[in-house]
Amino acid sequence: MTTTPSDADTRAQILRLLGEIAPEADLACLNPDVSFREQLDLDSMDFLNFVVALHKAFHIEIPETDYPKYMTLNGCVAQVAASRT
Amino acid sequence: MAEFLMPTLGADMTEGTLVQWKKRIGDRIAKGEIIAEVDTEKAAIEVECHASGIVEQLLTKPGDKVPVGTVMAIIREAGQPAAAAVQPQHIAPQPVTPSRIPPVAKTAPASSPGTRLRISPAARTLAAERGIDPAGLQGTGPEGAITLDDVTRALASDVKVTAPLTMAERQARMRQTIAAAMARSKREIPHYYLSTTIDMSRALAWLTTENGCRPVTERLLVSVLFIKAVALALRQVPELNALWKDGDAVRSERIHIGTAISLRQGGLVAPALHDADRADLGDLMQRFQDLVKRARAGSLRSSELSDATITVTSLGEQGVETVFGVIYPPQVALVGFGKVVERPWVADGQVVPRPVVTLSLSADHRVSDGHRGGLFLAEIDRLLQEPQSL
Repeated sequence: MTTTPSDADTRAQILRLLGEIAPEADLACLNPDVSFREQLDLDSMDFLNFVVALHKAFHIEIPETDYPKYMTLNGCVAQVAASRT
Repeated sequence: MAEFLMPTLGADMTEGTLVQWKKRIGDRIAKGEIIAEVDTEKAAIEVECHASGIVEQLLTKPGDKVPVGTVMAIIREAGQPAAAAVQPQHIAPQPVTPSRIPPVAKTAPASSPGTRLRISPAARTLAAERGIDPAGLQGTGPEGAITLDDVTRALASDVKVTAPLTMAERQARMRQTIAAAMARSKREIPHYYLSTTIDMSRALAWLTTENGCRPVTERLLVSVLFIKAVALALRQVPELNALWKDGDAVRSERIHIGTAISLRQGGLVAPALHDADRADLGDLMQRFQDLVKRARAGSLRSSELSDATITVTSLGEQGVETVFGVIYPPQVALVGFGKVVERPWVADGQVVPRPVVTLSLSADHRVSDGHRGGLFLAEIDRLLQEPQSL
């Protein structure tokens, strides 16, 4: 799969945000299609903080009903990209 | 004069290590301000002062291992004359890391609060590199200026340097602390256990609607509803809002809820949300977020570790349906929430699917009995059926 430079930037920024929430995690081993909560042992507070961080970093509105779309790295990248179109 | 003592920051804590003073002799301090940072078996804790006035004497120095109850500082309260010198109590020095702990002035500091510090550029650079607060040094240069030699001497006279605790060592110490508290609990407290299943459909529907109206930065978690409901229910069953001290239950006038927070590196702490019954849900949520963040960053305050009279733990996210909790002494009760799950539920003669949660209570039978514990759980249930009233 090829990625555009902007997707790569988005991905890197999302990983940086995740690193602030789970500093002990080895994000290089993250499976982009598997839930963060499953891989990084995030609880609901961590996930809420992650959503808030995404909102602030990318200036996007994230309704609670859309949370499932932000559960994986690829899902987040797709949502951020969609918000820009 | 008020004495500042090494506080108890958890069950079975017998001593703490002074990491650094946050105030200097002569500084003004207000009640509730941070006066010191103390390292415990679990974490470094910012310790609040319980008096207002002027810091008259600092009787221990960074690196000292200080037994609980030891006088560490003297605070001169308003209208009081200066105190006669108090002899420092004999305290075993503990190796510390210089990067975190500034040495204490041997005599008068090179500046008084509010005045410009006299220090040479080289001395300032070295002090910054080695993590020393130059304000605490005695200057020997012109007009008391701090020189490079002063900083070098301070470094040389500092307590023996050793490596800081590794993560594994700190985890091992935390495990030992938890083990000691839980063993004491099981040894001394006659626990009784109750549980009930609560229909969460109203609470979750209300939460969804409420969060739909809130910006992402102000949304609520269901755990905050649990905490608030427990806090309000304690008003109705105040005997569970108490500490067991010297063979008797001492009720608390205020309601401070301990919230069990798992740490990412392992272990847990249960700091208090103060006056949880009086906070609205938005405020409680912000404070809870802050508490979790600071618990995981290792920057809790002493009152947060000592004021809780009951603990709320929620293990639903780990898939747990029912919690059988161990009371954290000297508290007299622990409330557990499990996972919210869909279950068949009979309502108006019909079997319908409903989200439900199992609520459990572990309580000290010396202080309450099953009848009162049952009323407490029923009150929490009632409150969660009226989430708009929380």
